[in-house]
Amino acid sequence: MTLQVTDLRVYYRTLAGDVRALDGVTFDLADGEIMGLAGESGCGKSTLGNSLVRIDGRMKYVAGTVRLDGLELPIADMDRMDEFRFKDISIIPQYAMSALNPTRKIGRMVADLLESRGVRFGEMRTELERRLLLVGLTEAVLDRYPIELSGGMKQRMVMVLSTLLNPSLLIADEITSALDVTSQRAVAETLVEFRARGFVKGMIVITHDVSILYQVADTLTIMYAGKLAEKAPTSVIMQKALHPYTDLLISSLPEVGVRFDERRLSGIPGTPPSLLNPPPGCRFRDRCPLAFEKCAEEPPFVEVAPDHSVACWKVA
Amino acid sequence: MSHQTPTDRGVPPGGSPVTALTGAVAPHEAPVPRTAPGRLPSETVGRRREILYFALHGRKVLVSVAILLVLLVIAVVGPILRPGDPNAFVGPLGAPPSADYWFGTTTFGQDVFAQFASGLTATFLVGLTGGGLAALIGMTVGFVAGYRGGVLDEILNMITNVVLVIPTLALLLVVTAYLSARGLFVEAIFIGLTSWPWAARAIRAQTFSLKTREFVDLARMSGASSLRVIFREIAPNMSSYLFLTFILLFGGSILIAASLDFIGLGPTDGTSLGLMMYNAVAWSALQLGMWWWFIPPGLGITAIVGALYVMNVGLDEIFNPRLREA
Amino acid sequence: MLQLDGVSKVYRVGAFGGTGLTAVRDVSFTVRAGEVVSLIGESGSGKSTIGKMILRLIGVTSGSITFDGTDIARLDGDSLRAYYRSVQGVFQDPFSSYNPVFKVDHIFDLLRGTYFRDAGDADWRRKVEESLESVMLDPAQILHKYPHQLSGGQLQRLLVARALLLDTRFLVADEIISMLDASTRIDVLNLLGDLKGRGLGILFITHDLSLGNYISEKTVILSRGRIVEMGATGRVYGNPLHPYTRALMGSVPQLHRKWSEVEADLAAKGANVAGRCIYHAQHGTDGGPVAPDGVATGLVEAEADHFVGCFRPYLEGAC
Ligand SMILES: Nc1ncnc2c1ncn2[C@@H]1O[C@H](COP(=O)(O)OP(=O)(O)OP(=O)(O)O)[C@@H](O)[C@H]1O
Ligand SMILES: Nc1ncnc2c1ncn2[C@@H]1O[C@H](COP(=O)(O)OP(=O)(O)OP(=O)(O)O)[C@@H](O)[C@H]1O
Ligand code: SF4
Ligand SMILES: [Mg+2]
Ligand SMILES: [Mg+2]
Repeated sequence: MTLQVTDLRVYYRTLAGDVRALDGVTFDLADGEIMGLAGESGCGKSTLGNSLVRIDGRMKYVAGTVRLDGLELPIADMDRMDEFRFKDISIIPQYAMSALNPTRKIGRMVADLLESRGVRFGEMRTELERRLLLVGLTEAVLDRYPIELSGGMKQRMVMVLSTLLNPSLLIADEITSALDVTSQRAVAETLVEFRARGFVKGMIVITHDVSILYQVADTLTIMYAGKLAEKAPTSVIMQKALHPYTDLLISSLPEVGVRFDERRLSGIPGTPPSLLNPPPGCRFRDRCPLAFEKCAEEPPFVEVAPDHSVACWKVA
Repeated sequence: MSHQTPTDRGVPPGGSPVTALTGAVAPHEAPVPRTAPGRLPSETVGRRREILYFALHGRKVLVSVAILLVLLVIAVVGPILRPGDPNAFVGPLGAPPSADYWFGTTTFGQDVFAQFASGLTATFLVGLTGGGLAALIGMTVGFVAGYRGGVLDEILNMITNVVLVIPTLALLLVVTAYLSARGLFVEAIFIGLTSWPWAARAIRAQTFSLKTREFVDLARMSGASSLRVIFREIAPNMSSYLFLTFILLFGGSILIAASLDFIGLGPTDGTSLGLMMYNAVAWSALQLGMWWWFIPPGLGITAIVGALYVMNVGLDEIFNPRLREA
Repeated sequence: MLQLDGVSKVYRVGAFGGTGLTAVRDVSFTVRAGEVVSLIGESGSGKSTIGKMILRLIGVTSGSITFDGTDIARLDGDSLRAYYRSVQGVFQDPFSSYNPVFKVDHIFDLLRGTYFRDAGDADWRRKVEESLESVMLDPAQILHKYPHQLSGGQLQRLLVARALLLDTRFLVADEIISMLDASTRIDVLNLLGDLKGRGLGILFITHDLSLGNYISEKTVILSRGRIVEMGATGRVYGNPLHPYTRALMGSVPQLHRKWSEVEADLAAKGANVAGRCIYHAQHGTDGGPVAPDGVATGLVEAEADHFVGCFRPYLEGAC
């Protein structure tokens, strides 16, 4: 088992109180699994990804444990996490692409990153070049500045870099959303390639674009308002989703071939609850077409079939 | 100058690649809670009232305003308490501070407090006139060049560069040779006319980047004129930046004036904090241990410039609605 | 209603604007009332440049854009304001479309200052509220907030509401849904569909083909500033001819089909045209005007209401 997360709770401190962006999340990631994480904007996807790597001053660790390869991670301790970051667990943060320092050449940046982790650039150079070729880049990119690369090239560069030390877990946060379809495909296929070559053991791919996840992910996890709604193998989620939210989410996606004049798709009415003082009970209750009295209590996230967990009273 | 305007969303300034990849970079779009907790009671109050509300609750702003106010009060009240020519020889020679002469007297028996009070007025005036003039020119040139671009930009850029490389001091020496009597205002205007280029450049660069924001296009599609776009859309986004510019020009003018005074190129009549320092040094106040002669003007200049700076930092937090909620 | 005729745009880049970058080359198409035309192409292909030229935010280098028979390059002052009364745009990044120092109401106030000077306060408020309701927003929840207090979807719909306040007849929608999540996306798309029903002409700019297909009557595929394929949406999607269009179709992430399946399908469909440049096959080897890089700029009608351009540089040696 690569990753085991148990009842993880991480809040944001604000003047008005705690924003419960991650409120009791439990899941496992198997060896070699690519897990897609999807859900509406603001549901806490990035918070989950970031919490596994770095809980900074604005965040507050409240409860929960994270085990990587059987070893418990000191996630609440910024300093002790240092020895795991990048070596064992690597993240490509949302907007990483635009956060690259524009005044440094890519090669210089790589060297800095490696040295900060106590690895000599010279030792890694051959491996780096080999992997760059693999994603269709040449070593010439090392001599270029970030602005000279297109979005897709930058993103592939960042992917090579963050997996250079063969971490157990890679978290990729919205790495395709700023790209056009052609680059999206190249980047997504790179992810699968990296797993096949064993550069990483497990991956969490965060995006709200479910159709990309359908292409690359083994399992899909759907989040809603700081909690997990459903986790199952990709094909199961696509065909037999059990949670009402998942169902509505999937049916609101336009497919190639569907046309407005012929079949009007519909969004999910209503908005997600505030995470500042979330209502008790199921957080989807206000928008759920199936809600009933029992939903005033919080539904547990339980396994209803092998590898298929759901948090909904109608299902359990 | 590494200053962030309130609109600088996007790339964190020092976002080093190392931190970007190890996850040390905060997602810089997400941090603002969508539900916006902690909204202060401002939904119904106008924006101006809101700024006032925060201004009154910001410690930095309060402290700096207090300092400036105290100095201003001294400048206004001083001449009333000590009427007459501040340079008159009224007291004992070289006396330390006492009940009669609060800041002591000079080697010649001039009242340091009277000099200080009227020097403050002069200093404020030089800062206001010189800084104001420079800000006016700098903003006009910066806005027009940045927003219009093209040939106009190139011409204005050339003028800016010319003024930038003119050796101010040499020019002043020449001017001094022709003007036998120099007043405070001549000095201030001279400073104003020569110190705007960096401001123009900075504002031009800011305007340039703000111009590409889509809200500028939106305003143009709402039928707004160029002038309106500059003053109602672009300028408010730079308000704290413009204020910082003004403050730096204000403080800069004061410092330039003080150093001109200090090397004897200041006004030929009147007093100023710089002139006081000039005299104190010229008459060996340092060696004689007459600290009361040079400390008040020195401290006065430092206090004004420092307070202005702290005020800016405080105001930045207020102008910037994103920082406010954090 | 709106017509582009041989429109090109060259940006001046480099020191002193020494070199030129041709962002749009010889583009012609029309948009009729009640029609959605989707403009599709990868990043940097010149989509936004076309949108901005239509909105008169940048000038055209050559060619002309006419709206209801008037060349828009000639508009200024009052006539330009009149133009903006009928032609409006919504942009890609909702966050950058709002001036962050003002509350969102500012975008309405700007319009009021130009177009509704005599409207009374109560009248105005009612008008704004009506337009908000037409895009399914609750005025009480939205007005008097700062942009960063609202979600991307809310901001984006607010921008559409702004355009509806005027007598807008033509709307440029530049990637307005790429920042939104799935459920909001479909709401905004449906809104565009309803507007089309009310007789608006819409230029829908996107790189997401499934969204383009959902909403548009006509599709224009742009690559490196040039139109490579264009026609009725059903034709272009059902029978993509140009190698670039096929590559694009093959890359669209689909919900129930993997990339590999789509690709096999496309290859099977395209077997009859593989390796042959349709443009030059119809036009003769030396037919039509040629751009500096050797690619013919024209289009030929491959079937009814379906046009395609030269296959170069995507398929060398095909013509
Ligand atoms: N620094 C912060 N302070 C307070 N609240 C925050 C902060 N950062 C995020 N939040 C809130 O926490 C919730 C989860 O945010 P998060 O960034 O994890 O969402 P997300 O699912 O990644 O969304 P997106 O798809 O937009 O990236 C949101 O409601 C957000 O408003
Ligand atoms: N103001 C400008 N000056 C110089 N070049 C520009 C300018 N604006 C755009 N370009 C260039 O023109 C080309 C087309 O840009 P445009 O923004 O129209 O592309 P796009 O199709 O909208 O791409 P995207 O999908 O990324 O928005 C690009 O190569 C771009 O770099
Ligand atoms: S628990 Fe109830 S409200 Fe929640 S999703 Fe299930 S049925 Fe709907
Ligand atoms: Mg996120
Ligand atoms: Mg664009």
